[in-house]
Amino acid sequence: MKEAEITVIGAGPAGLSAAIEAAKYGANVEIIDENALPGGQLFKQIHKFFGSKEHYAGTRGYDIGRKLLSEAENLKVVIKLNTVAFGVFDKNKIGLFDQKDILISKPKKIIIATGASENPLAFPGWTLPGVMGAGAVQTMINIHRVLPGKKVLMVGAGNVGLIVSYQLLQAGADVVAIVEAMPKIGGYFVHAAKVLRMGVPILTSHTIIEAKGEKEVESATIAALDQNWNLIKGSEKELDVDLICIAVGLKPEADLCRMLNCEFTYVPFLGGRIPLHNEDMETTIPGVYVAGDVSGVEEASVAIEEGRIAGISAAESLGYISEEESEKERMKCKNRLKAFRIGPFGSPRQEGKNKVFEEYKRRTKNVK
Amino acid sequence: MLNEQTILNKVKTSPGYPSKERFFKGPVAVIECPEEIPCNPCEEACPFGAIKVGEPITNLPMLIEDKCIGCGKCIANCPGLAIFLVNLNYSKDEATISIPYEFIPLPDVGEEVDVLNREGKFVCKGKVIKVNKGEDHTWVITVSIPKEFFEVARNIKPLK
Repeated sequence: MKEAEITVIGAGPAGLSAAIEAAKYGANVEIIDENALPGGQLFKQIHKFFGSKEHYAGTRGYDIGRKLLSEAENLKVVIKLNTVAFGVFDKNKIGLFDQKDILISKPKKIIIATGASENPLAFPGWTLPGVMGAGAVQTMINIHRVLPGKKVLMVGAGNVGLIVSYQLLQAGADVVAIVEAMPKIGGYFVHAAKVLRMGVPILTSHTIIEAKGEKEVESATIAALDQNWNLIKGSEKELDVDLICIAVGLKPEADLCRMLNCEFTYVPFLGGRIPLHNEDMETTIPGVYVAGDVSGVEEASVAIEEGRIAGISAAESLGYISEEESEKERMKCKNRLKAFRIGPFGSPRQEGKNKVFEEYKRRTKNVK
Repeated sequence: MLNEQTILNKVKTSPGYPSKERFFKGPVAVIECPEEIPCNPCEEACPFGAIKVGEPITNLPMLIEDKCIGCGKCIANCPGLAIFLVNLNYSKDEATISIPYEFIPLPDVGEEVDVLNREGKFVCKGKVIKVNKGEDHTWVITVSIPKEFFEVARNIKPLK
């Protein structure tokens, strides 16, 4: 088989979109993914997505996954599953382990689309079986059709906490409460409204302080917080639950960028340490691109657009597409991204991205 | 703090919520989407051009009252499950609400169900009069209720 010119790491919405664009212009593309199935988080998203037509709005996440996957396959993109990209060396040698052998891939361009990982939350009892991350809960209920608990406490009222709460209800669980340490709900109003009208209380300025149980979770103790984040004595309440689901945010999964010595900056609103990149999604290491949550935690529709931009940029740098045409195509994606990053949820993300772009300019100028 | 009253106040002042006069004229879409998020499938779903989002995509959906005939096509097309249909002229004493529904089992036509408000609290008993297959696994359930509850009734208790 011909060696891939572009290796995309991660077969989620960003990686698939990047591969589709680059392959469309004729590049030879492979995607590496450590999971048994492609699609990243898309196949466990059973809800309909927001956005516009270009972002498959109104389509359920798993159907978006199917569409992207079949597009990639039609373009003869090679998808290597069950394969871990464990390291990148000498700027373009990717170490892969396919459960049998160690392989080295030497592409001309690398697109890192490794997504994000969940933030943990430590409290007494947090290691008991029955304390799980929202991602794992979602995988169990929506992919494996296994209900990991019947009475649930959800910790975190961002979109993930709200959406997974609703899906737990759909799966037949009782969501006893959602606690959120912030004084207000972090996720969208419509997602909150959906769980509220099912009778699930959302307790803002509340947190979990302990999980109790002999061998597994038998109860959770929650308490109210004052405006200085101190526990309000006497507000403790013990809830009868057998599952505590943690949904307290995500951070970019950027280890490969670190191994490559990409430069980083800190943007709390985008999930923390972000690999610097320009608007064409190239990092401070030429020929290495990022897209999706690894470049700042946002959402699937953003990941799709960023993936497209990275794919076009990589194809352009290999000479498959003229500068003029690629600029035109990228502009379409950029305009849609701009429209996405306004409003009360979008504009802080745009500000965060601007900081990343500006710092990229400043640092790459200093190098040259 | 979000509860029935604060949610109602919030949605009532948004451009997707029908005026009192429009409610009295018969079936109408009630768009409870009061926050600027990037989303617009409702605009395209309406065959009568009665919902406008426009540019930018974060605009709040606006209901153009006199264009809405109350067909209900928007209900199952809203990814946020935030659109309902209210018909105040169903009968002398009863109104109907149509809600997006994504739970199984589905209720049967004629079945009596518990009708809930925006925080899931019991409002009244209602009778299922229609169970329609909406779009892509979202069903639309229409329930008749005493007229006085048209503004608070927004859900039914899922059957076990």
